[in-house]
Amino acid sequence: MKPAPVDYVAAGSLEEALSLLAEHGSDAKPLAGGQSLIPLLNFRLARPTLLVDLNGLGELSYVRDGEGGGLSIGAMTRHSALEGDPRVIAAAPLLSSAAGFIAHPQIRNRGTLGGTLAHADPAAELPVVSVALEARFRIVHAGGERWAAAADFFVGLLTADLQPGELLVEVEVPPMPPASGWAFHELARRTGDYAHAGVAAVLTRENGACSRARLVFLSLGDGPMRARQAEQLLETQGVSEATIDEAAALAARSEIEPSGDIHASEAYKRHLARVLTRRALNEAWRRAGGAA
Amino acid sequence: MSRHNVQVTINGRAYESEVEARLLLSDFLRHELDLTGTHVGCEHGVCGACTVLLDGEPVRACLILAVQVNGRQLTTVEGLATDQDDLHPLQEAFRDAHGLQCGFCTPGILMTMVPFLEDNPEPDEAAIRHAISGNLCRCTGYQHIVDAVKLAAERRRSAD
Repeated sequence: MKPAPVDYVAAGSLEEALSLLAEHGSDAKPLAGGQSLIPLLNFRLARPTLLVDLNGLGELSYVRDGEGGGLSIGAMTRHSALEGDPRVIAAAPLLSSAAGFIAHPQIRNRGTLGGTLAHADPAAELPVVSVALEARFRIVHAGGERWAAAADFFVGLLTADLQPGELLVEVEVPPMPPASGWAFHELARRTGDYAHAGVAAVLTRENGACSRARLVFLSLGDGPMRARQAEQLLETQGVSEATIDEAAALAARSEIEPSGDIHASEAYKRHLARVLTRRALNEAWRRAGGAA
Repeated sequence: MSRHNVQVTINGRAYESEVEARLLLSDFLRHELDLTGTHVGCEHGVCGACTVLLDGEPVRACLILAVQVNGRQLTTVEGLATDQDDLHPLQEAFRDAHGLQCGFCTPGILMTMVPFLEDNPEPDEAAIRHAISGNLCRCTGYQHIVDAVKLAAERRRSAD
């Protein structure tokens, strides 16, 4: 199908983009990589009257060293850049690794970090990673700016905490604590398809114990699903084969809300969540220097 | 509904046209410029048939608006062979290894694998299969496509 008639402006500066978005409110849509928005236009599921193209804004495409070993990443940074950037691989390997799971190479050459976060698809990889890494987002509008924590930003199905006129322009990724390990696992029917289930894990090791656990799921609810009880179990009882089993069972039983579809039943998705969590926790703990 | 002037270089030749904002690059190539080698399958980024090179990188032409390529360089499948008797080495390999049957997916696969082979001159089978994961083929079962890419890589190595 084809998009409905629409107006288009290639923004020449961030100021111009913000002023257009402020003027047109919810009738305008910012166009980043377009790998989710243009299908929505093609299916006429989205009918904006104005597209504000951000692709000319080179100043929103960057990876910079942030505070204390973290990163600041511009919203227009493409997935393929995240996947291959040596600074991202070194400072946020969970982010670069998960970026490689996004759709296909052709999509990753266009899709952007800011775009996928703002789109807030529950099956998307980077919203989940941003929650697991406790990233913060800089959100600007014509009159000013604010910061939002990833944990508060994804408010529901395809819904982010962004008002008309606001634009997510930067992602701040804090450094992982020392002696931390990470893992990302997902399962899809074919490479690049939307995953049936996926999980990001970050474990921090201190004196042989687990001082901090982050466990967040994709495709198993209306947004990134953080398994706080399972995290707590690992933080209080340590990481062993038994506690990994227990945490995975707990998360899969009571901390996700999968719905069955024609490809995978709810029971199968809960089973997958449990298996993938076990794998992810084992791998993350190994990377943190521990042995489960 | 805004209209826009688009100036773009495709396969080394300059084109200029006025387009509606909503016109997809895939339709611009096929319907306005008569470059019908780029095929259109799903129009939502799943099948890969419309893959073209935008400033050298493979992208979906159905997920970019024509107006967005203003001032850019494109390569379509028509840009691979200089004429019918002088195919691109990857096209030769596809012919020799039976890497196509109906041919619908072939332009997209060629435009995906040409830059892949530039970046990965000695790919193993897993890397080739991963690289074509964004291109659907309903005829070949992929085996002969993988064989064709391997053949092209081998010929390139032995020619060096």
